[in-house]
Amino acid sequence: MPRTLFEKIWDAHVVHRRDDGLCLLYVDRHYFHEGSFHAFNMLRAKGLKVRRPDLSFGFGDHYVPTRGRNTAAIPDPEIRGIVETFEKNAREAGIQAFEIADPRQGIVHVAGPELGLTLPGMTVVCGDSHTSSHGALGALAFGIGASEVAHVLATQTIWQSRPRQIRIAFDGTLPPGSTAKDMALALIAEIGTGGALGGAIEFMGSAVRALSVEARLTLCNMAIEAGARTGMVAPDATTLAWLQGRPFAKPVDIATLRSDDGAAFDAQVTLDASRITPMATWGTSPEEAVPLSGRVPRPEEAPDESRQKAWRGSLDYMGLSGGERLADVRVDRVFLGSCTNARLDDLRAAAAVLQGRRIAVPMLVSPGSTAIKREAEAEGLDRIFREAGASWEESGCSLCVSMNGDSVAEGERCASTSNRNFRGRQGRGARTHLVSPASAAASALAGRLVAAEG
Amino acid sequence: MPEPFTTLTAIAAPLDMSNVDTDQIIPARFMRRPRDERYAQYGFHDLRFTPEGERRPDFVLNQPPFDRAGILVASRNFGVGSSREAAVYALLALGIRSVVASGFGDIFFSNSLKNGLLPVRLPEDVCAALRAHLAAHPGATLSVDLAQNILTDAAGVAHGFSIPPFARDCLLRGLDEIGMTLTLLPEIEAFETARG
Repeated sequence: MPRTLFEKIWDAHVVHRRDDGLCLLYVDRHYFHEGSFHAFNMLRAKGLKVRRPDLSFGFGDHYVPTRGRNTAAIPDPEIRGIVETFEKNAREAGIQAFEIADPRQGIVHVAGPELGLTLPGMTVVCGDSHTSSHGALGALAFGIGASEVAHVLATQTIWQSRPRQIRIAFDGTLPPGSTAKDMALALIAEIGTGGALGGAIEFMGSAVRALSVEARLTLCNMAIEAGARTGMVAPDATTLAWLQGRPFAKPVDIATLRSDDGAAFDAQVTLDASRITPMATWGTSPEEAVPLSGRVPRPEEAPDESRQKAWRGSLDYMGLSGGERLADVRVDRVFLGSCTNARLDDLRAAAAVLQGRRIAVPMLVSPGSTAIKREAEAEGLDRIFREAGASWEESGCSLCVSMNGDSVAEGERCASTSNRNFRGRQGRGARTHLVSPASAAASALAGRLVAAEG
Repeated sequence: MPEPFTTLTAIAAPLDMSNVDTDQIIPARFMRRPRDERYAQYGFHDLRFTPEGERRPDFVLNQPPFDRAGILVASRNFGVGSSREAAVYALLALGIRSVVASGFGDIFFSNSLKNGLLPVRLPEDVCAALRAHLAAHPGATLSVDLAQNILTDAAGVAHGFSIPPFARDCLLRGLDEIGMTLTLLPEIEAFETARG
């Protein structure tokens, strides 16, 4: 019987199967960050120990400062306390954690794959919804809550019901200037934030095959914004070449790690990649996205009454009117960072747009990992950013989640390479427009929402 | 260990918003705090309070008798976004024990079940009718019976819903999932040995 890639990885990890179909899956890799304190507290309250400290890895990312690399120097005592607790929990459990000053520190979904800790065929979990990113390497990866993190720490397993499987194909060739971020936004605009609710997506098609691993990480990262539990791309020669020489990587046989011909999916979506142009969100949900060359939609154009109401609310929050050209929308600041778009290729794309020019509004650049920061500096990208007037800072989640003290002021508008334009995501009353790194750089130059030229 | 969930009859509040993400249920800036009674303040904080800290009278949970609601009737895609279990802690701290919606964020759904908050999935037209009735009859109650998998509205109409059997069993009996999994430890060890 032909099986999908998802089914093959799932089947290989079933420890126990109940009569109702619920499966206890073995977890090959568990990542955690500072938000894990609830889970460690639960474990302590139950008097339990971490069962396999060798299979968990910690990364300081959610609360680490974007400026400075010293835990003791974090000014806010609550934030400092969270970072200290993370470091203490890892040490007490005997788990390797890449703390704030470690050269291997970075955002978990950037630094984990970069270190070779995520490999094809693995099951990967983390108490963070963007864990779907790791599916880019052909792993079965999904985000979990604190109780599940405690369960994984105590048992190295997780209970899962089999999600519906969705095949999403991007056929054709992506035009120059369009990126994986634009593919993700175009997809979510098409199927909605509930379009893949609870499902497992396998991304396929010629345009996906042509993507670098970095770009596949961006695409799988955003699968959760379409409601999916996970997104994945079958590993290929591109994957193996990318993994070569990474410190924790081990040789993997990927020959069978692909969906068999004739394998059944529950749903299928096909998009024509050649028609995807640079995108931006205009509202407060990732599904509220349009081409940057277009206009903000009018509520009366909404497909149904419920969305009409939602669009009115979004426009009101965003301080926009239906029919406005995106190119006329002024931005107050720009953020280049996050687990979605802060890898070396992303920094290069933005730097290429900024080279030799000056930005019109403040721009914060936070590389996806400390290693990426060093590589970018070796290439001289930091100079391009600085000379353009941008702030070149340290690695962490920063303005994507606004937990470390970074925030966008009430009413301010930010063009951001992150993944969520939710109300208040970047700070109370902050207005977020999601874009690609090149579009973020172009918007910083123009002080308006625009795509890069040429 | 979660409190058992068997039946619940409570005032229900209509929340006529789709895509209520977990950032709205609890803004990120509160998540550095340990779980305690203050989570009631954090729940829907920026929808409930103005930047100056005044209660927003237009938000349903600020309006009596909805401020005493134990059940929330929402719309499409409730609890999407971040995996933060703190969203469930905040709802529980606010006194909400069940959320009815036509769709739930995947991780929120599973976080709810593990903490004694019952997510009830019903078709959107049913949710819309329930919201309209609750808005027109403030203080009306809904009843949820987990043993029967039934939600009964004010008119006595019963709506069936489904909850994954294992989670339902754990909820009904207030069982600890980790403890149950640890009884399977020999199988976990055998799996590890077989893989080498």
